[in-house]
Amino acid sequence: MRIPTVFTPELQKQYHVTGRMVAMAGGLLFAVSAYLPWAYTGAALDNMSYLGGPSTLQFLGLTLGLIVAWCAAMGWIEPWADRRGFARPLIRVSKRVGWTRGSKAMGIGLLAYIVLILVVIAIELRGLVAVEWGGWVALVAALMAFVGTRLLIAGRAPSLERVRSAAWVEIVAIALILLLALLLVAYALNQNDGGIFLSIIAFAGALSAFVLRSGIGAWISEAGQKHRTVLVFSSFLVAFLFPFTQNGSDANMSIATQVLVFAATAVGLNIVVGLAGLLDLGYIAFLGAGAFTAATLSESAFATINWKPPFIVVMLIAGLISASLGLLIGSPTLRVSGDYLAIVTLAFGEIFRITMNNLDGQSGPNLTHGSSGIPAIPNLELFGFDFGKPHVVFGITLGRFSNYFFLMLLIMAVIVLVFTRLNHSRIGRGWVAIREDEKAAEAMGVNVFGLKLLAFAGGAFLAGFAGAVKAHVDVSVIPDQYVFLESAFLLAAVVLGGMGTVIGVILGATLLKLLPEKLRFVSEYRMLLFGLLMVVMMRFRPEGMIPNQRRALEFHSDDEELVQEIEEDLPYEFAEEKS
Amino acid sequence: MLEVKDLVVAYGKVKAVKGISFKVDQGQVVSLLGTNGAGKTTTLRTISGLNRPETGEIWFEGERIDKTPAHQVVMKGLAQSPEGRRIFPRLTVEDNLLLGAFARKDSDGIAKDLDRVYDLFDILRERRTQPAGTFSGGEQQMLAIGRAMMSRPKLLMLDEPSMGLSPLMMQRIMSTIRTLQGEGVTILLVEQNAAAALKLSDWAYVLEVGQITLDGTGEQLLGDDRVRRAYLGED
Repeated sequence: MRIPTVFTPELQKQYHVTGRMVAMAGGLLFAVSAYLPWAYTGAALDNMSYLGGPSTLQFLGLTLGLIVAWCAAMGWIEPWADRRGFARPLIRVSKRVGWTRGSKAMGIGLLAYIVLILVVIAIELRGLVAVEWGGWVALVAALMAFVGTRLLIAGRAPSLERVRSAAWVEIVAIALILLLALLLVAYALNQNDGGIFLSIIAFAGALSAFVLRSGIGAWISEAGQKHRTVLVFSSFLVAFLFPFTQNGSDANMSIATQVLVFAATAVGLNIVVGLAGLLDLGYIAFLGAGAFTAATLSESAFATINWKPPFIVVMLIAGLISASLGLLIGSPTLRVSGDYLAIVTLAFGEIFRITMNNLDGQSGPNLTHGSSGIPAIPNLELFGFDFGKPHVVFGITLGRFSNYFFLMLLIMAVIVLVFTRLNHSRIGRGWVAIREDEKAAEAMGVNVFGLKLLAFAGGAFLAGFAGAVKAHVDVSVIPDQYVFLESAFLLAAVVLGGMGTVIGVILGATLLKLLPEKLRFVSEYRMLLFGLLMVVMMRFRPEGMIPNQRRALEFHSDDEELVQEIEEDLPYEFAEEKS
Repeated sequence: MLEVKDLVVAYGKVKAVKGISFKVDQGQVVSLLGTNGAGKTTTLRTISGLNRPETGEIWFEGERIDKTPAHQVVMKGLAQSPEGRRIFPRLTVEDNLLLGAFARKDSDGIAKDLDRVYDLFDILRERRTQPAGTFSGGEQQMLAIGRAMMSRPKLLMLDEPSMGLSPLMMQRIMSTIRTLQGEGVTILLVEQNAAAALKLSDWAYVLEVGQITLDGTGEQLLGDDRVRRAYLGED
């Protein structure tokens, strides 16, 4: 599939000056339009009906418009200042920013943003008549910005990552970005209106597109690489601060905790799929095994085992049981390759669920009460800290889910630590070799079977850990929570976010879990939408949103040629084996 | 150092190696010669533990290794540069080399050997951060040999190092083998290119359809009529 080029290089050469003017005018006009009424009544979105008082969404639009105008203007400001010798250090930096590329991305983003808002207004207020004149002005402005930026010549690729900046600048930048992200997420989560939520996501999308295309993203990621520990710690700090933005409301915290459980499990799965390259379609069973273990050993009146060890022990047992299940299923199947493993794990997931259903006292021993599961699992109490009770810290009430959120954050930290440690170890290198060429890896002295089994059992152990907490968060554990679909979603989170990375998978898991919670139409059509999303991802960005560098190489288009070259160069036996 | 006794290897019902015996002594370069399908690669793979013999024994430094898993064979000091090179094309040169040292845990020694390989092949040092797949066939062969050297093997097995290379590149590879020989590395060389291999070999075996039909020193075989007719293309 190839998208035809409308704005050809010849067209750009001829009209780029006009384009720049149109883009600047469009950006500025859009910014002005934020002060105009966009909707007929205040009922749609966040009340855009005032003249002279922009709503939050309008204000976000204003920011986007100004960015487009600024980027377009830089095409003139930069050479002008350069000639006059103004602010030389700043200009040096500015020359490395891809202003034009950024403006092109923002042009698309702006158009998408306003179209989305107008569509939502039309849906919520029944008809396009409800769009006030200011909305149309904004649409025209966005179209101008879009066409104008399209007419610009992209020019040099940005190289901002090569700018050397002081450490404190980078650290402050990291901190500011994380804080901004926290505020945006907290604000978005507090919106109960799906339209507003979606618009904020569109805003974030447009902004990230700009940041990535302009080269600022490369600088940020370079800074993040350099100050890895700072980044990791401040990320956790920001996540830790999140409950404090919720004013004691448990609704969002419940979602956030679920997201965290899901994300932690996905990172665990990423060890199996992303690092060791084993396709596991029944991973949810390991989470389930952990949850059922914790439930049967809990103080619930329906718990079937009369031994009540402290929760730390329960967690370890849950992990061990999951890991042994992993070994049990892994040791006979890991000798076979790819597809077979996928089939066996798929079956294992179903066998687990059905077995849990059957351990009801009739078909088998009564361990799980069958399909009704184990309800009324009491809240955790660790070191005298009751997870069920709200706690007041600095005048802010932290409810039940906040408590579990903190616990899950801790578990997430453990899982991320295990993941990164493994990735950068000798074992990680062995996994890479297995993924690349199993036979060659074996000849190098890599214990292929042992390492695969380690990945499988290790991943299962971590899932068991998360499952033990999940049992208490969910209050009840029933077999039908652990269906194949959940495994598929976990895998989708890994693929969507980027195999082999932590941050990508957390992002993927968050999106997959958050969108259905916040948008009703997404949860109604979620299978359809996620299927579509997967297809689109595979077509345009198969390496995931935030890919592992090595993985990106595996999918890169110029690499395809490269691989072909290699195959032509290799003797026929090797080439045949690959096909 | 290495002794193979009555080795029989089969793929299903087809016997690829039909009872061969040979040995490699410390510091020697020994060649296994033969045409396609003679069973050379199968023999090497069986010594490495990648295939299992039907019957027969393989002894390495007084230890029987024909039931040892492949990764432990490497740890005992037997490294293989496999047929078709089998480098990891998407990994960098350095990652490839480090994977060669996977069985080792002494990071100081690994760093030292990395330097040694880079000294042996300048081009690898120059391009150590590049993906190995971007290399030419000859450079990939250097990488494959270097990678096998990284496990600091007592016995290095090279499977058709000259395959698919230009004559010039082949000469470089052969001279590298001579350098390694000078350093006292024991080498078991599998080759179709008999002339080049025989010039290097202390001892050579000719393999035909799974059986050894001839053996002798490199010079003897170079002078042998049957070898000249069958492998050197002379009448």
